[in-house]
This record gives sequence, C-alpha cells and structure tokens, in this order.
Amino acid sequence: MIRQSTFSWGKLTIQFMCIVIGVASLYPIVWMVASSFKDSSQVFVSAHSLIPEVWNFSNYSNGWRGFAGITFGTFFTNTIIIVCTAVLGTIISCSLVAYGFARVKFKFKGFWFGTVMLTLLLPGQIVQIPQYIIFHQMGWVNTFLPLIVPSFFGSAFFVFLLMQFIRTLPYELDEAAKIDGCSRFGIFSRIILPLIKPALVTAAIFEFYWSWDNFFGALIYLGKPQLYTVSVALRLFADPSSGTDWSAMFAMATLSLIPPILVFFVFQRYIVEGISTTGLKG
Amino acid sequence: MGMVTMMAQQIRRSSGNENGAGYLFILPWIIGFVAFTAIPFACLFYFTFTDYDLLSSPKWSGLDNFIHMFTADDKFLTSLKVTFVYVLTAIPLRLIFALLIALLLNMKIKNVGLYRTAFYIPSIIGGSVAVAVMWGQLFGLNGAVNALIEAVFGFRPNVSWIAHPDTALWSLILMAIWQFGSPMIIFLAGLKNIPESYYEAAVVDGANAFQRFIKITVPLLTPVILFNLVMQIIGGFMTFTQGLIITDGGPLDRTLFYQLHVYRQGFEFLNMGYAAALSCFLLVIVAILTALVFKSSSAWVHYESKG
Repeated sequence: MIRQSTFSWGKLTIQFMCIVIGVASLYPIVWMVASSFKDSSQVFVSAHSLIPEVWNFSNYSNGWRGFAGITFGTFFTNTIIIVCTAVLGTIISCSLVAYGFARVKFKFKGFWFGTVMLTLLLPGQIVQIPQYIIFHQMGWVNTFLPLIVPSFFGSAFFVFLLMQFIRTLPYELDEAAKIDGCSRFGIFSRIILPLIKPALVTAAIFEFYWSWDNFFGALIYLGKPQLYTVSVALRLFADPSSGTDWSAMFAMATLSLIPPILVFFVFQRYIVEGISTTGLKG
Repeated sequence: MGMVTMMAQQIRRSSGNENGAGYLFILPWIIGFVAFTAIPFACLFYFTFTDYDLLSSPKWSGLDNFIHMFTADDKFLTSLKVTFVYVLTAIPLRLIFALLIALLLNMKIKNVGLYRTAFYIPSIIGGSVAVAVMWGQLFGLNGAVNALIEAVFGFRPNVSWIAHPDTALWSLILMAIWQFGSPMIIFLAGLKNIPESYYEAAVVDGANAFQRFIKITVPLLTPVILFNLVMQIIGGFMTFTQGLIITDGGPLDRTLFYQLHVYRQGFEFLNMGYAAALSCFLLVIVAILTALVFKSSSAWVHYESKG
C-alpha cells in the first residue's frame, strides 16, 4: 500500500486530539508539582495556574520535617527497605519456581501448577482479614515482616510471567549443558538465569511499583509512626482535622512520585513489553 | 524431524522424573501457597462463622454474621450498590476510552512514542496515595477544576465535586478513566498482532474504514477485550485507596466502597468475624461475575482457528 506523507486535515485532527488528551493526562501531575513550589496561601488562589508567582522551595524542607518528630527521611528509608527486600525476594523465589515448573518433570506438577493459576485469579484482598489475624497471632504486626516475607515465597503473576519466558528458550540448551555434566541447579543458574534477564527486569519493575504503592498493607500492619512508609505518612499528613500545609504536602507527594517515574523512563521498554505479553496491570 | 531433535527427545525421555529436583525448585511456592493462601483461605471460612475481636478468642456464632449482613447492616447494601455503580460505569468507560486511544495511536501518526508515554504516566502512579490526595484537591471547592471552569467559561461553580453527594462518586469514576494507560497498552499490542494483509484484502473487496473496524478489528480484538474486562472487573471490586483518601466513604456514604466497609468493620470496629463474612460474600460475587463473563464469551469472543 502507498502511504502518503503529505499534509491532510485528518492527520492534523488526530494530532490535535492526541495533544488534548496528553494535556489532560499530564495536567493534574504538573499542577501538583507546580503547587509544591507555590506559597501555601497561593495554592488555591488562581488554582489552575501552572507557574508559581514566587518560587517557594521552603515547602520541601517544611514537608521533610514530617510529624510526631519523625522526618520524611525515616518514611523514605522504611519504604526503600521494604521495596528493595520485596523485589529481591520476588526475583529469587519466582525465578526458581518458574524454572521448576517450566523445565523439570515431577509428580503432581499439574496440581501445583493449578494452584498458581488459581492464585492468579484470586484477588489477594479477599484473604487480607485472615492473613492479618494470622500475622497478628505470630506477633508480626508492627514489623516489616508481613510486607516482605511473602515475597520470598513466589508470586503467581511473576511465576507465570517468567515461565512464559523460559518456555521460549530452546530445550537444546538444557540438553547440551546436561551432556556436559551440568547439574540441574547449574543449568538454572548458568544457562537459564542469564537468558531470562529481560523478564527478570520486568518482574522487578512491577514488584517495585506494587510494593512502592502498597498502601493497604502498610496501613494495617504498620501502626507506629517510626515504621510508616511514605504512603501511610502522606495520608496522615493530609489529615483534614489538623489543618494541612498543602504546599508542603504536595512537595512530599511530588518526591514520592519521583522514583516510580524515574524507573518508568529508564525501563520503559521492559514495562511496555511486560504489559503487552502478560497483561499485567501497571 | 531432525536427527538432533530426535536424540534430544531420547535423552529427555530417558531422564524421566526428577521429583527431588522439581520439588526443591518449587519449594518456595509450596510453602508460600500453603502459608499465605491456603491456610488464610481456610481461616477465612472459619472466621466467617465466628464473632472475633482479635483480643478474646473467636466465638462460634453460626450464621449470625450473614443474618446481620442481610437484615441489619444497611451499609452493606449501600457499599454493594456504590461498588456496582462504580464498576459498571468506570470499567466500561475506561476500556472504551483505552480502545479508542489505542486505535488512534495505531494509525501510524507522528510522535506516537511521546503520546503513548504521556497517556501511560497516570497509570504508573495512579494507585499511589500521592495521586489520590492530589485528585481530592483538584476537585475540591477551591481546586484547579473549578478555577479552570472559571477561566474558560467565565463562571465559578460553587461546588466541591468530591464533597457533594451527587458528584463525589463521579469524580472518582473520572479518576479511574484518567488511568486508562494499562488496558490501552494491552489493546495496542493486540492491534499490532492483526496482520496488515487482512485490511489490504478488505480494501480490495471495497470495505470502507468503518466496515473494516467492525468486521476485522473488533472480532480479532475480542480475546484481548475479554482479558481486559475480567482483570478490570476483579480489580474494580477491590477499589479501596481512593475511597479512603479522597472522600473517606462520604458524603452520605456515596463513595463507601465495599472494601472500605470491610476495612472499617475489621480494623476500626474490630469485627473480624463479620469482616471475614463480608470478604467471603465479595468472593462469591466476583466469582459469579467472572464466570458469567467467561460463559458469555463463547457468544462474542472470536478465536482464530489457528492458535
């Protein structure tokens, strides 16, 4: 087919529509970033403007002070500890499990794979109440454990994602390594693991997002201010009863969005491919 | 079949089962599944029939929780209604929007990468508390939305969109639509999989753009639509953060999402048994809806004969 690259009204209309939707997509975020530099008294006066009359950087230092004598430094540290551990646990456990399901034959494999598929469809929120009761009995409430330990035992989504990827690798690689005297674990760690790096990156990114945004878990398990993650801290910071300093609030909210957006721009290709192939929710 | 492949198969067959190695690899999953899914699930059913406040031990209460749910708890029905309205409007609107934008981006226009990035960013950060807080302020009485309306139309609506009973839920639905990025990317991937030759053949046969869309694009995209629909419906019923942060269930319980009701019963009033019963009921609803969607799919989802 011949595609004309000349000017046409249709193309112009499409470009115009895309720009309008793009502005609508980004305006709220830009507005928040702009508000984080506005003077507190100015945020809701001429509220729609995206350029602060006076650039006020003190919002960031005011917000960083946090509340109850605990700074956002603590909240960010807590979040980073939880997120990094959860990502590490996910990568280690899911790659092992995915390899086992994709390449090794064993009894009742069908049954165990069935449990993966079942868990995939089961919304985790349904079992949150009994999970909480169990963790409560174990004395894990007010520790990070409920938020990081489960990630070391595989997640159905990522096991499935990595399995799909391992299945595309030629079996002959395993055979060749086996003939050369490589053990099962050797095949996994020396042959398969390096080859599934792109899928591991995708899994790591999504675990990072879910863990960074995990509000409900942090809300129910972390009851002390010194344990709060950024999301719980932001919620308390915006408490209507205490007369919120909105500029400082937006300053901290903006800071909390920088890591996810940075990760997005660095790993965009992996994210788009990950969603396209498995339909993960972002 | 090549010689090498045959040899490879021989080796594979002779190697037989490797139960030890297999179970060692999937051991994390087995432990995790039992500890964090199977046991909690069994407990869920047990707690459903108890009265439990976390402090004293659970007391067997038979069907009391369910009787209370259907006869005495008017917030149960309210939250169910709110969640259904939300799911039945926000999800179809978001998917239609995602599909239309994906079609737009699939037209081989300039700056596609740039637009895709811009449209996708709200989805990346959409689940965060930061964005929820921001949304609440955008749609408040003195928020940017009212200021924008004043700047464009010359009058200022004297209403806080998130605090008015008639508009609160709609401002949350709007937020859901704003996050159309993930289904859009899945639709885009689906559109890329439709062979160009189908359209070329249709053009030769004299089909116009609309006919090509209805007869080729839509049918070949139905598996992707089904996938998106199921995932989004399940996710929609789990909506929580927005309802707690932006409106706290109000005004007049108009944004009291089901999960918010569960949260309050469990963690604010410590009615763990009742919260478990509510969760159980939600599971039944989501399971029935998912089953219905899958059942209906044989009527409208088109699978190509060649897999």
